[in-house]
Order: sequence, then structure tokens, then C-alpha cells
Amino acid sequence: MSDNTWMYRRRRLGNALALVLGSLATLFGLSWLAWILWVTISKGMSALSPALFTQLTPPPPGDGGGLANAFFGSVMVSLIALLIGTPIGIGAGLWLAEYAQRRALGTVVRFLNDILLSAPSIVLGLFVYSLVVKPLGHFSALAGGLALALIVLPVVVRTTDEMLRLVPSTMREAALSLGVPQWKVIVQILLRSARAGVVTGILLALARITGETAPLLFTALNNQYWNHDLLKPIATVPVVIFQFAMSPYDGWHALAWAGALVVTAFVLVLSLLSRLLLARTKVTHD
Amino acid sequence: MTDAAVLSQPLAPATVSATKIVARGLDFFYQGYHALKNVNMDVPERRVTAIIGPSGCGKSTLLRIFNRIYAIYPKLEARGEVLLDGENILDARYPLNRLRSKVGMVFQKPVPFPMSIFENIAYGIRHHERLSKSEMDMRVELALRQAALWDEAKDKLKQSALGLSGGQQQRLCIARAIALKPEVLLLDEPTSSLDPIATGRIEQLIEELKRDFTIVIVTHNMQQAARVSDKTAFMYMGELIEFGDTEKIFTKPDKKQTEDYITGRFG
Repeated sequence: MSDNTWMYRRRRLGNALALVLGSLATLFGLSWLAWILWVTISKGMSALSPALFTQLTPPPPGDGGGLANAFFGSVMVSLIALLIGTPIGIGAGLWLAEYAQRRALGTVVRFLNDILLSAPSIVLGLFVYSLVVKPLGHFSALAGGLALALIVLPVVVRTTDEMLRLVPSTMREAALSLGVPQWKVIVQILLRSARAGVVTGILLALARITGETAPLLFTALNNQYWNHDLLKPIATVPVVIFQFAMSPYDGWHALAWAGALVVTAFVLVLSLLSRLLLARTKVTHD
Repeated sequence: MTDAAVLSQPLAPATVSATKIVARGLDFFYQGYHALKNVNMDVPERRVTAIIGPSGCGKSTLLRIFNRIYAIYPKLEARGEVLLDGENILDARYPLNRLRSKVGMVFQKPVPFPMSIFENIAYGIRHHERLSKSEMDMRVELALRQAALWDEAKDKLKQSALGLSGGQQQRLCIARAIALKPEVLLLDEPTSSLDPIATGRIEQLIEELKRDFTIVIVTHNMQQAARVSDKTAFMYMGELIEFGDTEKIFTKPDKKQTEDYITGRFG
């Protein structure tokens, strides 16, 4: 009896201790996030104005102005990245999941893709620099888009591959048993049932490249003015934030905070969207 | 002819049974494992043939040879002959497209495609035939009627098939298979994921479908085999132990192994 009580107490104590430590660790981790968000919001809010989206980046000492050209540049560069990375990524993911599933080559390619997935983005930037920027002789929006496409690509490959492999094999068999050729089954049935997952992957890839700075520094560079030319340097929000935050001017600091707030909010919305989409996929997969 | 007149016509008159599928010296290897051993079997036309046996005896394997669906996986090999109307379907020259339009299949778990009820059925047809809008409407209706799903589905043809109940989904899968006007229908444990009421409806449906189709059904449920089939094949450890009229197999089988399995002494 007394033995039992002692053991029971010890367990209760251990349980309480683990609970407290675990909660503290969670709080510790979350508090940093809350702090970052708080600082971003409080500092960014004050500079948030319509001018942010309509006016060009101001020259030093940086009073007034906005980030319109940087937002435009970010959209352009991200679009290029998605236009290049998404189709190739979906195609490669399809190949991995459907054609190379039980082949050694598939395993090798999947492994290489995982390496690309975790490659430091600055390395990808350097790669594009030596491949595109040097031969052309100047920085360009296109080079920036290419560098980001290399970040998008492995994310899309990975999610397409995984989402397709989640589709039950009976779905493949049922469609093939109707005499429909494999490529049609893959595109019209399998990709369709994995659609939400694949779109989620694209959204997550977009969220990842939205804040990327390093690969853009020596590909897209920066530009104080409007630029619609893909072959010329272009301003992007992260690079402008980097430049403005390092400067001694208060006006630039304020704009950097506002840019950071917008980028953070955008990434948050993307993450929420992808969560929503994934929650819906689970329903369709019974 | 009006639409209604076409729909009320039987697909073809029931005739005296001929042999539809003939398996001769059929062996099957699963990555070197000898899964089917010298199977010889004659499947009669417009009759229900049931394949029974304990798990892993090769009954599904045999069924999956009849439309060569096994061939989508590597390292599987069938040797011997399977004649469909006298032609060897194991011959690589036999076009898969034609084989699968002649031999339809329904699987254990209902797998509706992620599209509308109408599209689920039209999808396969569209691949094999070019039909006008009204012809397609008629074909979809005919298939749904044959699968006894029309009354429940006619008002929601445009809705996602994923919203149907399990039993309805399985009848949709049957409709999808028979919409291609196949000659043979392979059913791989079609009721094992359904409740008794849905099972009853499928069994009733099988009874009606055998006027138009040659049906081969794999089932774990011996009562089901006894209820729906005309012929029964008993398989054990990759061998076809006994094959004959269902009544005979279930009342006075020739082989002791069959009797033991039927009476529940093993399996």
C-alpha cells in the first residue's frame, strides 16, 4: 500500500514536472515569435500608408516615398520563378511518383532533389550569377527570377511527388482498367485528386521565395527607379529592406519596417491558405 | 427510335452458355514467387463464376490476369494461355486498349474519380468512342439504370461523386465499368467494404447483370458465392483445386480440401 502511494506520487510529480518544462519551452519559443511580430507590426504600422504602394523608393536621406517599384519587382521576379519552377517541378514530381517509383534512378533523383531543397540559397544565387549574370555582363530581373526558380523547383517536385503517392493505388488501377492510357490517367485523374496538395506546395514555395534576399543580391541587384525590362536590374522588397535597414537614415528605416510588415503579412496569408487547402484535401481522400 | 425505347431494350438476348474465357496451363510469378500453378479453367458466357479460397490463395491474382491489370506493376509475370473468345490476351500483341474495353473491373474499395457523377461515367466512354451530347447523356443514363443507381443519382449528376454513400459509390463504379459495354465484368470482392443492405443490392444487381455480361467474382464470403454464382472455383495455395457447378461444389464436392473449406474446417 505505502509502496504504491509512493510510486503514484512519484509519477504524478514527474508528470507535473514534464508538463511545466514542456510548457515553458513552448512559451519560450513562442515569445520570440510574438516579439518579432510585435516589433514588426508596431514599427511597420507607422510607415504604412497609401504612398507605400504608389511612390518610388526615395533617394537618401529618404524622406517620404514608398516601395512601389520594389513591390512590382518582387511580383515580377516571383512570377518568373513560379512560371519556370512550377511546370518543371510538377513534371518532375509526376515522373518521380508515377514512372520512377520502383526504379533506382527515381531514388537517386529524389535524393538529389532533397539536396537542392536544402541547398543554401546564396549558393543558388552564385550559380545563377556565374551562369547568367556574368555572360550577359549585367544584373537582371530574369536572373533574379531564375535564382528563385531554383528554390521553387525542389519544393514543387517534393510536394507533387508526395501528394501523388498519397493517391491510393486503387485509383490508378480503376482508371487504367477502363483502358485509358497511363499519361491520361496521371494528368486527368491522379493529378486532379492531388490538386489541392500540389497547389499547397506552390503556395509554400511562393512563401519561401517572398522573403529570400541572398540569391537576389547578385542576380536582380536593385534599382531605384521603375523597371519593366526583364534584362535590367530590378528592385525587390527584401533587397530594399536590406539596403534601407543598413542605412543611417530614419526615413529609410521606416520604409524598411513597413516593407517587412507587408512581406510578413503576405507570407502569413499564404501559409493560412495552404493550411486551408490541405485540410480540404484530407476530406477528399476519405 | 425514342430514347425510352432504346433504354428499355435489353443489350442482347440471353443465349445458351458458351465459353468466354479459357485459362490453360496458367502460371503466375510474383517477383519469383510462384503464385499460380498450372490453372486450367473455362469461364462460361453470361453466367456468374465465383472464385473462393482462403486469403493469399491466388484468387485475386487470377482475376487480375483477365484484364492484365497486374501488368502495371513491374516484376510480375504470367505464363500460359488465357483465351478471350479464342484469342490469347497474354500475347503482348493483344492491344490493352481493346482488352480493357472488353473486360471491365470493379475493385474491393469503391474508388470514384474526383469529378461529378456524370463525368465519372462519361470519362471512360469518351476515351473509346466519340459521342454527341445527347448520345452521351443516354449512355450515362443507361449505365446508371443498369447499375440500379439512376433513381438515386438522376437529380445530382453534376455533383461530386465523392458525396455518395459507400454502396452508391460501388454501384457507380459498376456503372462506370459497364458503361463501356464490356463483355466480361470482373468483380474483386465488390462488397467487402459495404454494409449488409448495400451488399444485398449489389448481389441483386449481379443477378440482373448476368443477362448481359459474363461475370467473374472473387469473394471471401462463401454464402455470397453460393447465392450469386452458377459456377464456383475453389483455390488453395495457388492451385485451382476444384471447379464446377456451384450447387455441386457446395453440396457434394469431389475433393476433400474443398469440403473442408466449405464446411469451415480450415481457411
